[in-house]
Amino acid sequence: MANIKSVSKKTKAQAMGMHTEVLTGRTQQKFFNPDEAENFYYFGTHDVDFNKRTDLDVKDMTAAEANKEIDNLMGQGYGTIVIKNPQGKHSLGVGILNKLNLIFEGSLGYFGMGSCDGPIVRINGRVGWSCAENLMAGKVVIEKNAGSCFGAAIRGGDLICKGSVGARTGIDMKGGTIIIGGDAGAFTGFMMQRGRIIILGDVGINLGDSMYDGTIFVGGEIGSYGSDAVDAELTKSDQDWLKRKLKVAEIGENFDVSKMKKIVAGKKLWNYDNLEPTEKKGAI
Amino acid sequence: MCGIAGLIHRGKSSKVGHELQGMLQALKHRGEDSTGYALYGDTDGKNFIMRFKVGENVGEGSTSVAEDVSVYDERKKIVDSYLNEMGAKIIKEERILPYSLRYEIEYNKKDLLEFSQKIESIPGVEILSMGKSLEVIKDLGNAKMVCDRYNLDKLVGTHAIGHARMATESGVDIKSAHPFWGYPFSDVSVVHNGQLTNYWNNRRALENKGMRFMSECDSELIAVYLAEKMRDGASLEEGMRESLTGLDGVFTYFVATKDSLGMAKDTMAAKPLVLYESDDLVAMGSEEIAIRSILPQEIDTYDPFDGEVKVWQI
Repeated sequence: MANIKSVSKKTKAQAMGMHTEVLTGRTQQKFFNPDEAENFYYFGTHDVDFNKRTDLDVKDMTAAEANKEIDNLMGQGYGTIVIKNPQGKHSLGVGILNKLNLIFEGSLGYFGMGSCDGPIVRINGRVGWSCAENLMAGKVVIEKNAGSCFGAAIRGGDLICKGSVGARTGIDMKGGTIIIGGDAGAFTGFMMQRGRIIILGDVGINLGDSMYDGTIFVGGEIGSYGSDAVDAELTKSDQDWLKRKLKVAEIGENFDVSKMKKIVAGKKLWNYDNLEPTEKKGAI
Repeated sequence: MCGIAGLIHRGKSSKVGHELQGMLQALKHRGEDSTGYALYGDTDGKNFIMRFKVGENVGEGSTSVAEDVSVYDERKKIVDSYLNEMGAKIIKEERILPYSLRYEIEYNKKDLLEFSQKIESIPGVEILSMGKSLEVIKDLGNAKMVCDRYNLDKLVGTHAIGHARMATESGVDIKSAHPFWGYPFSDVSVVHNGQLTNYWNNRRALENKGMRFMSECDSELIAVYLAEKMRDGASLEEGMRESLTGLDGVFTYFVATKDSLGMAKDTMAAKPLVLYESDDLVAMGSEEIAIRSILPQEIDTYDPFDGEVKVWQI
């Protein structure tokens, strides 16, 4: 990253991932004032010590009780929390806007780790639908498989599944990186707008359907391409980035990235609103 | 949104009524307008078990019209006389509720079409299931309520499928509840989560071929669709694979026969399903918590992909 203090406001904002998009048929970017970032904090977050560790058994707790207790433990300064017996419960670990090491010893149900910003999470099991939806920053690692809508609408951070994932992975994603060690289902990258998806295995039908922007890398076979998803040249820079990313993700370190396919938006849909009906048919 | 669950023990029997109750109760937040069980019990395979109703449950939010119990009694008498006419001998008779009955029947003809048509010609009477191991039990309320009402906890068998229903497309009543019997095939049952958008086109076509519908629930189409395919000589798995293109809409469904259990997922993978598979047990449900109700220890599960069809034998 460039020296953030010496670059322009726009570049600085981009480097910090602090820009949003207003989508009105074509991308228009609106930038925050990065000088305000230093004053930015979430209400109710806590100073935690990563060396302060505790266990939390959620077997007999509801999801709401478990999430409240996680917040309570962070309030006590615990920076590493190990969750025991999650047993497929829904909505565990949602809304954590804090630096935290969170470890789940077991599997999660639907909507696990949704709307989080900052935690480093390891799930030693499987996750259900919509894991880490709206993730803004941090890292979530799943040791086994994941359900559909994995990483829906994420804006940042790294989301890693070492097994296979269901359909619509990365749907509507607006940033960040999703890495899949196994296979992915249909409609992967559906309507994605930013960010990157890496799939080491095969992927189902309609890959990148109606994707607006962003990049998808596939190591295996592709069932079919979706509307406006097209092949692009895999550059040396892409390969270097893939190697780095896979190494950091502790997944597929020896994978031959040079044979991966790169898929991007054909951008025919960018001007969709301005097209005549016959032209729209051509675009899709 | 509805929830479905199913399990099959391979090489042994278990208390499938109790296990399925736990799985469906874990899914009750997906709908508790009605709950249905299709249980494949351990029987000697000699006689048919006919589960049928002579009226509706008019309590608990039902959309049905209340009838006097004397009407049920009258219908039961006609059923008994028709069975006698067709040479079917009642070996054991249980009237579990005023409107719900279970008969063990000695009946030697293989074709159940004529049999079913005769019984169901009585207004208000519907055969819920007819099989040598299948028993379909469905009623209003959540899984535990139905299980307690029909004393299903102790039923021992090899496999089962069930459904927790949130009524969207048709009424809150027993006739619209799942599972659906794969009429007129003995021991075939279906549960479905989703919505079929070419229901009426398919229904009209199948009715023209002599197939029967008892409800206006779109899910019944799957049972009738598969029954028609099998009637024409297709295997269960072949019929299921054809359904991926023959049925339009979003669906995940389970189908069970006397010795197998299958699942199919639409090509959009729009409806959830989590699957656990080992050498001696397959368990699946709309959510992992259903499987966790019978397997609380850490296990490996996965979501089947779009357009996937699987069939397991006992």
